[in-house]
Amino acid sequence: MVTVDDFASPVRPTWCTGCGNFAIWNAVKRALAQAGLAPHQVMLVSGIGCGSKLPDYTRANGYMTLHGRTVPVATGVRLANHHLRVVCTHGDGDAYAEGLGHMLHAARRNIGLVDIIQDNRIYGLTKGQYSPTSDRGRVSKTSPWGSFELPVNPIALALAAGATFVARAWSGDLQHLTETIVRALGHRGYALIDVFQPCVTFNRQNSYEFYRPRVYKLQDDPDYDVTDKMAAFAKALEWGDRIPIGVFYQVEDRPAYEEQVPSLQAGPLALRPLEKLRPEQVQRLLEEVM
Amino acid sequence: MQSQLNDLSIRIGGEAGMGLESSGVGFSQALVRGGLHVFGLPDYHSRIRGGHNFFTVRIARRPLYSHTEPVHLLLALDQETVRRHIGALVPGGAVVYDEKDGLPDIPRRSDVHYFSIPLSKLAEESGGNAIMRNTLVFAVAAGLIGFDPTYIESVARDNFARKGQAVVDSNLRVIAAGVEASRPFQADFPFRMEAAPGAPRRLLLNGNQAFAMGALAGGCRFVSGYPMTPGSPVLEWMAGHAEEYGVVTLQVEDEIAALCMAIGAGYAGVRAMTPTSGGGFSLMVEALGLAGMTEVPVVVYEAQRPGPSTSLATRTEQGDLLFVLHASQGEFPRIILAPGTVEQAFEVGWRAFNLAERYQTPVIVLSDHYLATSIRDVAPEDLDFDAVVIDRGEWLTEAELDNLEGDYKRHQFTESGVSPRAIPGHPKAVHASSSDEHDEYGHIEENAENRRRMHEKRMRKLETARAEMRLPAAYGLNDADLTLIAWGSTYGPLREAVDRLNEQGLRAQMLHFTDIWPVPHGTEALLTGETIAVEGNYSGQFADLLRMATGHTVSRRILKWDGRPISPEYITNHVLRFTNHRKSET
Repeated sequence: MVTVDDFASPVRPTWCTGCGNFAIWNAVKRALAQAGLAPHQVMLVSGIGCGSKLPDYTRANGYMTLHGRTVPVATGVRLANHHLRVVCTHGDGDAYAEGLGHMLHAARRNIGLVDIIQDNRIYGLTKGQYSPTSDRGRVSKTSPWGSFELPVNPIALALAAGATFVARAWSGDLQHLTETIVRALGHRGYALIDVFQPCVTFNRQNSYEFYRPRVYKLQDDPDYDVTDKMAAFAKALEWGDRIPIGVFYQVEDRPAYEEQVPSLQAGPLALRPLEKLRPEQVQRLLEEVM
Repeated sequence: MQSQLNDLSIRIGGEAGMGLESSGVGFSQALVRGGLHVFGLPDYHSRIRGGHNFFTVRIARRPLYSHTEPVHLLLALDQETVRRHIGALVPGGAVVYDEKDGLPDIPRRSDVHYFSIPLSKLAEESGGNAIMRNTLVFAVAAGLIGFDPTYIESVARDNFARKGQAVVDSNLRVIAAGVEASRPFQADFPFRMEAAPGAPRRLLLNGNQAFAMGALAGGCRFVSGYPMTPGSPVLEWMAGHAEEYGVVTLQVEDEIAALCMAIGAGYAGVRAMTPTSGGGFSLMVEALGLAGMTEVPVVVYEAQRPGPSTSLATRTEQGDLLFVLHASQGEFPRIILAPGTVEQAFEVGWRAFNLAERYQTPVIVLSDHYLATSIRDVAPEDLDFDAVVIDRGEWLTEAELDNLEGDYKRHQFTESGVSPRAIPGHPKAVHASSSDEHDEYGHIEENAENRRRMHEKRMRKLETARAEMRLPAAYGLNDADLTLIAWGSTYGPLREAVDRLNEQGLRAQMLHFTDIWPVPHGTEALLTGETIAVEGNYSGQFADLLRMATGHTVSRRILKWDGRPISPEYITNHVLRFTNHRKSET
């Protein structure tokens, strides 16, 4: 029986008091335990940023990689050993600035990753510059006139790229966040969860108080159909006084990338013995160039 | 008056899309089956149709290591070929051109023959398609040099079998028509290269194929890449063999993803690589440092082409050496290997993965367009599959992990610098590593003493690895006055240049480096007397590297940076100019 305590690490987080990362961290550990995954069956892959330190604070296999490169590294891990449940935890700068291309291609590929974006809509570790999800007009040290760019819409982008699981949750509702991660862990392909994560130090606008009255749960509406892509697009564009959270879209009819690779049908590469080629294999290779 | 030559070059030229290289490779296969030795060199532009491409096959009765500059027979599929290459023909040589194309309006050479043959018409009549004149013209060539066309027929049978008997038959008719068409000209063409029947079968392949085969034999099971000339054929080759040999291959969104995925796979315990060229490698630079910092074994195959930027996309250069040596911020151990021949490319293919896993660090294999794309025949035993060793370095066994006390230390301090490996999956092997500086467990750690020790531990691996780096191969006279230094693909041209210089009484030897970095122990002692570096770049990067590593300053540098490969003649001409100059001074 796996419990949350199995994931307890001796390393203490360096996050600010009140940081939205604490809820994400707790939700990840709870969700893994609820899904019955032990620390050695999991691989947490992150990039660089406040949130990307999460694997350091969690007793599980982990790899803190480069800023923006979380998803390709995680893809390599997954293809090398698809018995590992690979979970990415990285921030909005990591995922939507340097790593946006990788996210779209991971969605197209439908690689079996749970991709949790700690979206605080600001750069925290580099001390307060605007991020790809900051509202237009955000004033920061690098946007003294207010930012001119529109924020990216990760939900709509993931849908357009062909993602088979697209969700949003927030740090203010640990229960719902945990449930969403558990659901993603049960998904066969690429699962994106964009998590609103208040940054108590550098983003006073998108605070707990900002989100709490606005968010509502898609799954509270029994008629909401998670397999209806057009409905998901409509909800992805909804913003303002009411902001939907929950699972926007989920379909299980498309195989994950790794399910389609012929060489993986016999099991994970990493677990197979590595041996020299047999004489008849050598002979075949030589015949090709005779 | 005909003479049997021991060395003859045939060049076919025309536009991209005329099938020059494929027919040239087919003809080369036939020559090898006929007991001859070949060196085939493609030359093409960065375009799909049009332009001017050519393929030169050098043929000899002894093994060849290099192309050479003189051409004996020119097969022109357009006027441009005559215009550009007529000057390369030796006296007595000949150009075969298509009657319908005619000759360009340039002065005729009186010392070469011009053979007008209705190539398109004959191909159309015999094979049903004028495009088959590429096959036909090689049959003409076989007729002219007196090479038994049954070997060409056997290759056509094998290569077209999967397209059906009708295609095979039309090719056989085209070959017969070509041989027939050569008859009126045979008496005028003075050079002969007849087949040597009964020779054992030999292989014909290029450096890319040899490297890919070596990598597969060495246990490479994961290849991620983004297409870029001249590295992508390695990804294609692996994809073509993936299912049969249990390899995962992916074409990904960019080279950053390509190396990051290979690193992820390497972390999880699979032998992984990415093939690319210099431009792609430029994108991989940050990830290279990630592999160094987190001690992940990974192999990068970098087939160089001229730079910077796009430069000459389909040509050759050795201009990336110091770039790959220093790529990425900070310091970390890396290993650089540069094969010079097909045989070395095969061996480096499997050695690279052993070194990557033994030292848990990135290994870069530096190839280039010349080695990657030129074809050579070798004996089957020259690709020594029996010698392949799969050595995964220090690993904790299942039993050792089961009995492990305390948490696993992925980055344990050791004397050698190598920390015994365990991959994610075992309950006792749970660990997280970080691109941040970390402690022995992989946890982020900013403590100065830890940083000092962990950095030393990583860098110590370079010294441990240095002990197994191989000294350069020597070729030529042991007590030479003149030592010519090469690395990578200049092996072949320099080997031949050394032979020629020694024939002229110059007392020369070659030192060829395959193991580039860390520079092998004992290198200094070999660098004595007059030394000349021979490199395909502008500045002499390897000479600079040797000076940095050994203090030895080479006497002279023979360099080339026009995108074309160094030839034996290019080297001998430069050496003779140096030595004549010295004579005139004394």
